[in-house]
Amino acid sequence: MLTLTDVTKTYGSRRALDAVSFDVAPGRMTGFVGGNGAGKTTAMRIILGVLSSDSGSVTLDGRPLSAEARRRFGYMPEERGLYPKMKVEEQLVYLARLHGFTASAAQKKAERLLDRLGLGERRGDLVESLSLGNQQRAQIAASLVHEPDVLVLDEPFSGLDPMAVDTVVGVLSDYAAAGIPVLFSSHQLDIVERLCDDLVIIAGGQIRANGPREQLREQYSSRRYELHVAGDAGWVREVPGVTVVDFHGGDTIFEVDSEDTAQAVLRDAVARGPVTSYSRQRPSLAQIFKEVVA
Amino acid sequence: MTTTNTTHALHDAATPATPSFLQSSWLVAEREVRMKLRSKAFLISTGILMLVVLGSILIGGLVGGNEEATKVAVTGDSAAAVQGQQGLDVTEVATAEEAEALVRAGDVVAAILPDDSTALGIIVVADSETPTGLLQQLSITPPVALLDGDAQNPFLAYLVAIAFGVVFFASAMTFGSTIAQSVVEEKQTRVVEILMSAVPVRALLAGKVLGNSILAFGQIAMITALAIIGLTITGQSELLSVLGAPVLWFVVFFVLGFVLLAALFAATGSMVSRVEDIGSTTTPVTMLVMIPYFLVIFFYDNPVVLGIMSYVPFSAPVGMPVRLFLGDAQWWEPLLSLVILAVTALGTIVLGSKIYENSLLKLGGTVKWRDALTH
Repeated sequence: MLTLTDVTKTYGSRRALDAVSFDVAPGRMTGFVGGNGAGKTTAMRIILGVLSSDSGSVTLDGRPLSAEARRRFGYMPEERGLYPKMKVEEQLVYLARLHGFTASAAQKKAERLLDRLGLGERRGDLVESLSLGNQQRAQIAASLVHEPDVLVLDEPFSGLDPMAVDTVVGVLSDYAAAGIPVLFSSHQLDIVERLCDDLVIIAGGQIRANGPREQLREQYSSRRYELHVAGDAGWVREVPGVTVVDFHGGDTIFEVDSEDTAQAVLRDAVARGPVTSYSRQRPSLAQIFKEVVA
Repeated sequence: MTTTNTTHALHDAATPATPSFLQSSWLVAEREVRMKLRSKAFLISTGILMLVVLGSILIGGLVGGNEEATKVAVTGDSAAAVQGQQGLDVTEVATAEEAEALVRAGDVVAAILPDDSTALGIIVVADSETPTGLLQQLSITPPVALLDGDAQNPFLAYLVAIAFGVVFFASAMTFGSTIAQSVVEEKQTRVVEILMSAVPVRALLAGKVLGNSILAFGQIAMITALAIIGLTITGQSELLSVLGAPVLWFVVFFVLGFVLLAALFAATGSMVSRVEDIGSTTTPVTMLVMIPYFLVIFFYDNPVVLGIMSYVPFSAPVGMPVRLFLGDAQWWEPLLSLVILAVTALGTIVLGSKIYENSLLKLGGTVKWRDALTH
């Protein structure tokens, strides 16, 4: 478990991070979401130790992070960084060797990772000659090549086409499934929604929402329900405490004043005829994001 | 560090042991060397430097070895006067008239003819100018005993001083700017953030200094080897015997001197964020490289300046070998100077790594000296 506790960072008069606390649990993908300048990158750099915080702590399994422990992190910085004049595979081998792998083990890992990420044919190309999307894949490979114990990835999906996104999602999911804490930031809320188990929303340097994705959706769902029945659902309008938002034959979306009203509508519907579906509408990540950030 | 629970599923080998400081530095050094050797510009410029060295030795050998013999004409009676004289191309003719005809035709510089009226018993007959060189050769000079027998020919001393100056200057500038550029490149491409999460910053710096020092030393060693071979082939072994010791000292001084400069180049390079801005912080270091070069050109024959230069760490690699060549230095002087240089280099590495550590992650602008030195 990677834990941030009351991490604060100030640049001049601007508070970039204000008592930021959250957990990244092992075996779970934690999505880190926030607008531009919200503090995502600053927080990630503090986790990696390339930036020092003014106060607060970062611990792994309860122990403060040492340089030694951080060597076992896989990190993808916000600003992409690889040697432009080095070959892709050579670069990965170099990084793996810096982490202590033998030349032959490093070679094997680099090859396998490049194949996995669909860069196998490009292994002998100079990094600067790759397309941006492929550079991005190489960057992801660079953060994975030493088989890290913790993954911290700043915007790993930006600039990738949908197929590449799927490839990367697959690779990262495997890491999480192997019991590694994975923290990734993204602007693409649809990807985060699809991918993450836990969610951390940051705005203005403060954590606005934090928890398992489903729990947050539950928490931020309004009292809005969706009913589909075989016949006409016009009667819903007449139920006390109900405000119909949208109505179309047997399909209706409505808000209720209390949980009891919602149950009353369901009982009524079942009594009137077959019910195709009845569900509480859950907000999308984008809706939650707008709500908590506003 | 022990890996926990399920993480083994993805790791087919146990977590590798953390490489030692030396191993990390060596990996970084190895990359520096490999990338430099891959640069065509570097290989070509090294080749040109080698050719210049070889060329100047060959030309020196030709000019020195082929002093043309003076052509003279003699008759049978005066032949005895030139016997055993070096550097004369003697044509023997039958009569004085024939000899004079050769002089008029310009086939010989002068005729040496018998003349009983002179003290030497010969007369030198030339066309329109007095052949001074020939007269010197024919003159009898008293033997000379030199009290300072080791003194070198001043022109040769000048050439040797400049050679040391140029080689030091060229190598220090080439590899100094390489190291500065390599530091900024890592900063500019942000690869440094990944590197820093893998290796200690000091290992990164040590590896860069080590890698470029190896390259610089390799280049100097090649130039030295080339010079020795060249001098041997062209039959200038006499020069080689007096140059040998100073050249070896030069190599030793160069290694330490370069480490000193490399640490400074890396530190000042790390203060900027873009390759274009390198000059703004490395200029003082460049000056330190240029000053000994110019001093040795202008003051190669000034013992006071050379004496000071041979002890100041930045110019000792040039100053001390020149003094050794001139035979001005006592046996202990290079050792003392070397100790001073080593201590300074060590201090510079400590200071340089502080600047480097403080500046490496300060992206955007140019780091101020005060911020680089304090933390």
